[in-house]
Amino acid sequence: MLRAAFLDRLRGTAEYIVIPLLALVAALIAFGIFVALFGKNPLDLYFYMYQGAFGTWFSWQNTLTRAAPLILTALCTALPAQLGLVIIGGEGALLMGALAATSTALLLQGAPALVVQMAMALAGMTVGGAWIALSGGLQHYRGVNETISSLLLVYIALALLNHLVEGPMRDPASLNKPSTSEIGAANMIGTIPGTDVHWGLVFGIVAAILAYLLIFHTTFGFAARIAGGNVRAAKAVGLGVGRLVLIVCFLAGAAAGLAGMVEVAAVQGRTNANLAAGYGFTGTLVAFLARHNPLAVIPVALLLGGINASGGLLQRRLGLPDASVLVLQGMIFVSVLASETLYGRFRIFRAGVRP
Amino acid sequence: MTETALGWWVVPIAVLGGALRVSTPFLFVSLGECITERSGRINLGLEGNLVMGAMCAYGTSYLTGSPWLGVLAAAMSGALLGLLHAAICGLPRVNDIAVGIALMLFGTGLAFFLGKPLIEPSAPILPAIDFGWWSDIPQVRAALRINVLFLIGVALAPLLVWALASSRWGLILRTAGESADAARAMGYSVNAIRMRATMLGGALAGVGGSFLSLYYPGSWNEGLSSGQGITAVALVIFARWNPMLCLWASLLFGGAAALGPALQSVGVSQGYYLFNAAPYVLTLLIMVITCSPKRTLVGAPAELSITK
Repeated sequence: MLRAAFLDRLRGTAEYIVIPLLALVAALIAFGIFVALFGKNPLDLYFYMYQGAFGTWFSWQNTLTRAAPLILTALCTALPAQLGLVIIGGEGALLMGALAATSTALLLQGAPALVVQMAMALAGMTVGGAWIALSGGLQHYRGVNETISSLLLVYIALALLNHLVEGPMRDPASLNKPSTSEIGAANMIGTIPGTDVHWGLVFGIVAAILAYLLIFHTTFGFAARIAGGNVRAAKAVGLGVGRLVLIVCFLAGAAAGLAGMVEVAAVQGRTNANLAAGYGFTGTLVAFLARHNPLAVIPVALLLGGINASGGLLQRRLGLPDASVLVLQGMIFVSVLASETLYGRFRIFRAGVRP
Repeated sequence: MTETALGWWVVPIAVLGGALRVSTPFLFVSLGECITERSGRINLGLEGNLVMGAMCAYGTSYLTGSPWLGVLAAAMSGALLGLLHAAICGLPRVNDIAVGIALMLFGTGLAFFLGKPLIEPSAPILPAIDFGWWSDIPQVRAALRINVLFLIGVALAPLLVWALASSRWGLILRTAGESADAARAMGYSVNAIRMRATMLGGALAGVGGSFLSLYYPGSWNEGLSSGQGITAVALVIFARWNPMLCLWASLLFGGAAALGPALQSVGVSQGYYLFNAAPYVLTLLIMVITCSPKRTLVGAPAELSITK
């Protein structure tokens, strides 16, 4: 009996793994056909993609470095999704987090590095969290659609960033690319020993595990999932839905804000327009592909980080434009959403059915 | 020395001219979204249609020498993206908001991919009509040089009001938007109605994109659109799904977007980048003021997932 129950559960889980994988393969085939239209050999494409993402230790490190901010920005979509909110403004929280972290570091020049780094992380998370909590709060208290407001806030954050790096916070020495002053080499968070991968990856993995525990193993997370399933039921049992929305959205934005802090303190060393590299938007894709499960976000971010990392090789070896990564991401996104319709259609995944 | 004589008057004139110029993409995208949403479906991906339309229009105009063929190509590319959206949303259990986000990424990515060779060359652009011939003041003349596409959009708004309210087509579309069951009971396929509405809406958004690359700013590059598509979708909510209100709202947003450049023209360059945020801040504020958590919005199609 126990064995049968276990097998049933395994089948249910398998469905959530097999269908997204099918969608991924379909998107890769579609992308192969797409590049074949431009006279490139799809087999070369797949080879270089693998080579650029996971082929060598160098590409692995590149992939892991890119996966770090993706895990964090994916949480920015995955956490509010538990409440039924579609937040896609992780990019804005990332930029605000980066700005806050940079400002903090510049204010604390001369303090011990660890103090500066902790303050940077705290500032980035607070401001990023407030940015997304604003979207969530507006949705709950004013009925403003959170998808649209979070996206508008991305453009507002971008304008704010441009204003600050072109004006008040501009380092006069940065001529071609207006930037803030550097936070200083001593304040950079450095790499995991023996690798070129920065500590942001560890931050991301820890954040994802904490998010998973919060959502699936605490009363708070249970309440959030009830509210996500049925707001009326949640109110009937006396849950403060507004409080849940604000806290969950704050945590989501804090994750994306931390991604901004990591990009400043581990990669760029300062704030400039380079930070708007689309990690927030790719993070949204990661969250949907992971079906908003914080643990599944980790391998999916690795996969998408790998696709990002292979972009350079595709450009050099196949002469494909850098936007080809965007096209592939778009195809994966569309294909994964279309695959939603397949759930429950395969008898093999149904409980109690012998294969 | 008219320039100094005008003084600060330059700013409102430039804002007016900017409103007439900058509002056109907002206008076409919001009219398109209006049609789609009245059929009971939301397409958040019109930003992708806008960018794709801009690229297709520029490429076609460059290759054929005719900007109007470019506009046509933009409309067709937009309709195709709309078809893709509708086809995927037609599948059971697929969320239209998420598909819109996906197509926004896909459309912009595809446009950047295909548009790489178009960044250098210059294509013939759309003609404008000089409505300022009576004035000697160059700023006024510049403000009143009005593009033909804008005039088409202005004519389209009342036409759509009439078509939605009184034509057979409009009635069927609204039935699908208010009650899918009623439309089914009348023997119509809700999916087919929404597919046509999404394609038409997508095509209009594509035309809006052609304005960006073929008139103002008038070239193709990857920074061409900065969220006009998504702002326009928000604008439809503000305009209560009424095409005429979409027109006024677009003019308001165009004016807000023109504020930064207008101030710069009189030498106020402080905070230029902050003024770039004006249309988005305005959208957000208007949504905060006009939305309410307690009741559904007046005029909202009952089948719309975003207001349900």
